[in-house]
Amino acid sequence: MADAQDKKIDAATGTALKGHEWDGIAELDTPLPRWWLWTFYATIVFAVGYVIAYPAIPMLTDYTRGMLGWSSRGALDKELAAREAQVAPLHKVIAERAITDLPGRPRLMQAAVEGGRAAFKVHCVQCHGSGAAGARGYPNLNDDDWLWGGDLATIEKTITDGVRNPDHDATRQSMMPAFGRDQLLTAAQVDDVVAHVRVISHQDKASPAAQRGAQLFADNCAVCHGADGKGNRTLGAPNLTDGIWLYGGDADTIRQTVWNSRQGVMPRWDDKLDKATIRMLAAYVHSLGGGEATTAAAETADDVAR
Amino acid sequence: MLPADTALPLYEKRRGVYPKAVDGFYRRLKWAIMAVTLAIYWVTPWIRWDRGPYAPDQAVLVDLAHRRFYMFAIEIWPHEFYYVAGLLIMAGIGLFLVTSAVGRAWCGYACPQTVWTDLYQHVERFIDGDRNAQIRLAKASWTPAKLVRRLTKWSVWLAIAFATGGAWIFYFADAPSLQRAFWTGTAAPTAYATVALLTATTFILGGFMREQVCIYMCPWPRIQTAMLDETSLVVTYKDWRGEQRASLKKAQAAPGDFGDCIDCNQCVAVCPTGIDIREGPQVGCITCALCIDACDQVMAQIGRPRGLIDYCTQDDAEAEKRGAPSRPVLKTLLRPRTLAYLAGWSGIGAAMLFALGARTRVDIAAQQDRNPIFVALSDGAIRNAYTVKLRNMEARPRPMEVSVEGLADAQLWTDTMVRERARPVIRTMVPADSVAKLRIFIAAPPTGPQRQDFAFTVRATDHEGGGDREDARFERPQ
Repeated sequence: MADAQDKKIDAATGTALKGHEWDGIAELDTPLPRWWLWTFYATIVFAVGYVIAYPAIPMLTDYTRGMLGWSSRGALDKELAAREAQVAPLHKVIAERAITDLPGRPRLMQAAVEGGRAAFKVHCVQCHGSGAAGARGYPNLNDDDWLWGGDLATIEKTITDGVRNPDHDATRQSMMPAFGRDQLLTAAQVDDVVAHVRVISHQDKASPAAQRGAQLFADNCAVCHGADGKGNRTLGAPNLTDGIWLYGGDADTIRQTVWNSRQGVMPRWDDKLDKATIRMLAAYVHSLGGGEATTAAAETADDVAR
Repeated sequence: MLPADTALPLYEKRRGVYPKAVDGFYRRLKWAIMAVTLAIYWVTPWIRWDRGPYAPDQAVLVDLAHRRFYMFAIEIWPHEFYYVAGLLIMAGIGLFLVTSAVGRAWCGYACPQTVWTDLYQHVERFIDGDRNAQIRLAKASWTPAKLVRRLTKWSVWLAIAFATGGAWIFYFADAPSLQRAFWTGTAAPTAYATVALLTATTFILGGFMREQVCIYMCPWPRIQTAMLDETSLVVTYKDWRGEQRASLKKAQAAPGDFGDCIDCNQCVAVCPTGIDIREGPQVGCITCALCIDACDQVMAQIGRPRGLIDYCTQDDAEAEKRGAPSRPVLKTLLRPRTLAYLAGWSGIGAAMLFALGARTRVDIAAQQDRNPIFVALSDGAIRNAYTVKLRNMEARPRPMEVSVEGLADAQLWTDTMVRERARPVIRTMVPADSVAKLRIFIAAPPTGPQRQDFAFTVRATDHEGGGDREDARFERPQ
């Protein structure tokens, strides 16, 4: 505290002045109220208690842990465990029911779709993309074109066992021959088949080459892709007449496909994910817009009441 | 006054304030305002208001859990929070208006700190006696008798504090059921914590802090200091009439030599903030006007005209000093500044009332899927997907119809339908007082602009009708 003798007293208020002055304006040295001081002491006491109870002081290799043993990581672990416990009954219900029951139970379906959305972001986006829009060679899961089928049970089977998964007997399996590389067809014949496919997919007009290709198609391709080229889902043979191409519908790409064949692989997931997660993934993929009804009855009424 | 040679204290002990009871016009006005404000505070949550089976029947309810604010016939949704902002602005301008018209009337009469302190002081007088008895008791040593008095007083204070803190929570939940839950120990921990906190603050602020809140803690006196001018009503000691002060005996001995003030100190004794109004306007004066009542009583007793201490503007004080007759208080109220505040205040109020009357209770919002933006379908059509939210702000379920405008050959379907059943209009029932979320797929021919603007429209199909539209965009591959 400064020398009391040096202090000037403000005549109007009877309060001492701080002693400095700006343009004739001086500052009063008004005493703080006592309760303010006690509040200040209380915050000090609180701070000491806090340092004892909670992690506070950084040390060289560690930090003071606090008596309560609280840590943000521990808090996160607790929250995650609580979340697991919270969704466990839901996962149990989803795993125990038939997947075809889901559409009749909108709330369960919604929960499954949301769970699947989360799991998709972890396990599937690497190939199918974060919006499930796929890429060249990786199917777009939003559209209405399915290689193996687009109803809930079929999607679940595809996710469970994968496609052309080596060392797994139950996997979806189909082998398109490499017609050119293995010399099953000549280069000219392959060109003719390509011309035919371009015609049935409404990209080119009929031509003599396409007519020659039609016969070759019937002899070599129709066994899987069907006489009309509309594909066969039990074999995973794509529909060649629609507007959707997994690798591309231009003549060069189709020629490459016929010459070398395509052997896209999707891993099986039953050895990595539990049944409920796979089922939720199927529900999510089904919900993206191209999902097909298992039976006619699964479709709900026109009027959407929720 | 501090002698120059004493050491200056860094911290000041609180000076005790023991306001004396007084009666008079302003005291009665304060009683009335206290009764009305406390009644509003305690009764409001218990008023019922029938809103049908889908909404709570409490007239005033801030339903934080469901994000709804109910005030009699008005229901406010979170996105309509600008009404609350408008109310806050009106409250702010209202304070300006009151300050410019009648000075610190808010502080003196209606501020909760003033009202509860007043109540607490009344309890104090009832138990401890009036000013002199209180001073004696404060100085007395801690005898059992004093302890009993103190404990009695604190208990009553605590009961009032508990009733105050307890009433607060009823604004945030259904009052009757919350009260049952509260007493049976099944209410939310937040409720108990809130009551405990507000009980503690009421007890401390009303019982012990009192004028310290006004002088040290409240920002409003600082703002008011800037708002007061020479035409603002303040409580004024008319020193040209009162000085030279002298005791009644002296003044009667030599009438003419002395002013009307007989230095009886009654104005200081009744002051709830412990100031001497005769020192002039000061931050401690909350213009509660109790000193006016006290002085008027004394003036009546000694046969002098009332109003030695009175509401008066600084301009009028100067005029009176020069000999002009005192101007009626009401005439000081109407001046341009006051009218400007009044215009602003009522303008905002009228605009909000108009907006409330004209607002539609149906609302649509549409968000387009961004990943993927579009999906090519096997028949060549292009599909876009939207999350459409239909907001039904009425407390009853309503049938609604969603369609699109400006998108030719559009097929609409939802995630619970299949494309084969697509149609131009989606019908749905939106539950009472809630938002329905629809996932709507739209397929359109691939020929068309890469980015096509269109609009979603919603129409309520019940008798009341009403609707809304939302601009959206349909995207196609290049």
